[in-house]
Amino acid sequence: MSAISVTDLHKAFRDTAVLRGLDLEVDLGSLTAILGPSGSGKTTLLRLIAGLERADRGRVTLAGAVVDEGRRYVRPEGRRVGYVPQEASLFPHLTAEQNVAFGLSRAARRTARVTGLLEMVGLGGLGGRYPHELSGGQQQRVALARALAIDPQLLLLDEPFSALDPSLRATVREEVRAILVETGITTLLVTHDQEEALSVADQVAVLRDGRVAQFGTPRQLYLDPVDLEMARFLGDANLVEGTVEGRLVQTPLGALSVRPSPTEADPLSGPAVVLVRPEQIVIAAASAGGAPGRVLHSEFHGHDSVVEVASETPMLRGIVRVRVQGAANLEPDALVTLSASGEVRAWPKPAA
Amino acid sequence: MATLASGLSAANPVRARRRIPRGLGAVSCLVAALLLLPLAFLLLEARQVGWPELSQLLFRQLTASLLWNMVRLAVVVTALAATIGTGAAWCVERSDLPGRRALAMLLVLPLAIPDFVVAFGWVSVLPGVSGYGGAVLVMTSGLYPLVYLPVAASLRGADPGQEDTARTLGLGPWRAFWHVTLRQARPTILAGCLLVSLALLAEYGAFEILGYQTFTTEIFTEFQVRFNAPAACALSLVVVLIGLVILAGDGALRDRGRLARAAHNSRRVISPRRLGPWRWPVLGAIVGLIAVALGVPIGVIGYWLVQGGSSTLPQSASVADAAGHTVLYSAAAAAIATILALPVALLAVRWSNRGVRLLERSTYIVQGLPGLVIALALVFFALHYLPFIYQTSGLLIGAYAIIFFPLAYVAVRASVMQAPAGLEEVARSLGSSPLAVRWRVTLPLVAPGLAAAFCLVFLSAVTELTATLILVPTGVETLATQFWAYTGNVSYGAAAPYAAAMVVISVIPGVLLGRWFDRRPSRTGVRS
Repeated sequence: MSAISVTDLHKAFRDTAVLRGLDLEVDLGSLTAILGPSGSGKTTLLRLIAGLERADRGRVTLAGAVVDEGRRYVRPEGRRVGYVPQEASLFPHLTAEQNVAFGLSRAARRTARVTGLLEMVGLGGLGGRYPHELSGGQQQRVALARALAIDPQLLLLDEPFSALDPSLRATVREEVRAILVETGITTLLVTHDQEEALSVADQVAVLRDGRVAQFGTPRQLYLDPVDLEMARFLGDANLVEGTVEGRLVQTPLGALSVRPSPTEADPLSGPAVVLVRPEQIVIAAASAGGAPGRVLHSEFHGHDSVVEVASETPMLRGIVRVRVQGAANLEPDALVTLSASGEVRAWPKPAA
Repeated sequence: MATLASGLSAANPVRARRRIPRGLGAVSCLVAALLLLPLAFLLLEARQVGWPELSQLLFRQLTASLLWNMVRLAVVVTALAATIGTGAAWCVERSDLPGRRALAMLLVLPLAIPDFVVAFGWVSVLPGVSGYGGAVLVMTSGLYPLVYLPVAASLRGADPGQEDTARTLGLGPWRAFWHVTLRQARPTILAGCLLVSLALLAEYGAFEILGYQTFTTEIFTEFQVRFNAPAACALSLVVVLIGLVILAGDGALRDRGRLARAAHNSRRVISPRRLGPWRWPVLGAIVGLIAVALGVPIGVIGYWLVQGGSSTLPQSASVADAAGHTVLYSAAAAAIATILALPVALLAVRWSNRGVRLLERSTYIVQGLPGLVIALALVFFALHYLPFIYQTSGLLIGAYAIIFFPLAYVAVRASVMQAPAGLEEVARSLGSSPLAVRWRVTLPLVAPGLAAAFCLVFLSAVTELTATLILVPTGVETLATQFWAYTGNVSYGAAAPYAAAMVVISVIPGVLLGRWFDRRPSRTGVRS
């Protein structure tokens, strides 16, 4: 049984259709990221699942129970869905402790549950503070504890880290992930940050035009994007031209094996656009075999570098990005050759 | 098909636009209609009088001389109030003047002392203070805080980075202040000036005591003394017209000011400008200002309380009796005004659209109507259509509630903004029913603002004179009516206890309230 099952969901505000027939199945106990650009309907989907909006059409099922379909509608307070909005939205007139205790019954408030939750999110001893006395990261963690306090069947996080400092974001994200793994609760995380989605989630659903454009593990999304659009959206992508013959595609970077598409039945052949990730490409001295190019510059990231190489070869479409381990020892204007290895995805070349 | 890449450039996600709840919309429309009733009654009365008679009453020498009196007073008092208010604000907020904190509080206080008490203070001791000169003195010393308060706030909130930038661009400290800070404060100063003009237009008691003839004194005389309702109505139309013009100017300023306001994310401590040898002269000037505006009225009340002796002092029972009525009426009006403001504020904050903004604007119109005109309009209406409510306490309380609605509205609106819809949604997802959410989340967040609204209206109603004189039920005495009766008889010693009671009831809680709100930690900042 799926924890969340959303079928043919439609929602419009005024004349703007936001969700247009969205389908989504989320497994029990998984952490799923909803990834998409601003305005793609991520937050609307979350609000519909929480019951804060009603669907125009379609069905929302939580743990087998239909909560929104036609005239049937379970109100938010009846859904046991923990909701952590973007800005934490702690009740400013209540202390951290009282915030966490908000959804508990009077009897449960007197137990050690609140203290336990605050300790779990690393805020033991700060329960007496008011929200304005807490840092942004601490506020987020109180909001998480508050949502977990009602023992929800499902947790919804709406860009919970976007309001945090970039330096703080990664730490808080890891802490939150650890807590979620510990509790084993089904979680939906909305984000527009692909790094966040790829690094934290078990599965990622990419929203586009009010539908799920692709759903899969981060690895699947990175290696097997459904189309060129998705390839460009997720991660660094070099799109080069080549010709498919059998299971190989001939490109200026060498002959590469084509991974069969999981969806398209017909094997590809003829002119194609090939997705080559930067880490698949190797830079060699000018004398070696491969496509010639000239180094433009390199960005040093510490653990690796990304080198941009300008190529005169038309099939490489201008600039090729290459990921190199450690610091790249390449001066601008150095002449190099490029070659690639590994499996790649290819799509028929669009008619010009 | 829109692509992901183009989707990325879409700046704002579509925000949920919920439908306005029908009950809330209907109640808000009713409130707006209620507030516009006085204006409607006035026009109705004017129609009954008829244009020929109205025009005869309007186009005569008297109107011109009243207009001249109004204009020459408004120009001079507004200019003086702007200069004094801005100067004092700068000294307190930006210079190294000693004792700035105490001065800041004392400089605001004259606002809480009714102008007719200030006038009484001067005239009862120095009968020579009267006419135009007296009016300029009394009104300037009573109204400069209307400029001082907003300008001080804007100087406090102004981004010092801009003045710094001007310095790095080659301007000296004074020119930087003049061209950057003061330039930005200009809309605020102008808005303060418009408030001063509105207050001048509405004032009655001080002018009556000072013997300076204005529209309000003339309207009052026509109505209460000569029983000439058509003449009172005709002059009221002129006053309303002037009031609405001033209000329109204020609205235009507000719209521009909103655009010009800078983001306040970088609050730094500004090092105060050194006054050097000017330090003591400036301090002397400010202390002198406080002495004139605050010391004289309070000192004179004290003098008469001591001087009056037991022979002329009214029995304390009658002071307590009058105070009881005053408190009762004011509290009732404060409660009603606050309750009326709530639905409109909720609508305006949560469901703002063009129609809602228009509705909100229409409630501002009350600000342009002097209390005297609102009271008269209600009397006209009661006399013609509902004679049995004339001279009932209900009509007086209703008039207070309408007159001071704008005060309540400002406070309630600010408090509703402290309770965003997002908090209520979170509370719902935590398992609370809508009713429980109102009780546990919305109410605690809005309550301080509601209390502030109640206090503001209460304190203002305690010192209200004009509408009270017209609408007070027969046989009932309030502090204002008793004070007025004794002052009219030149029994200053007998009037003083009533003035003292008004000041004690309104000023002292006002000070405490202000300090409490200053000290209360802001629980609204989401991030520290």
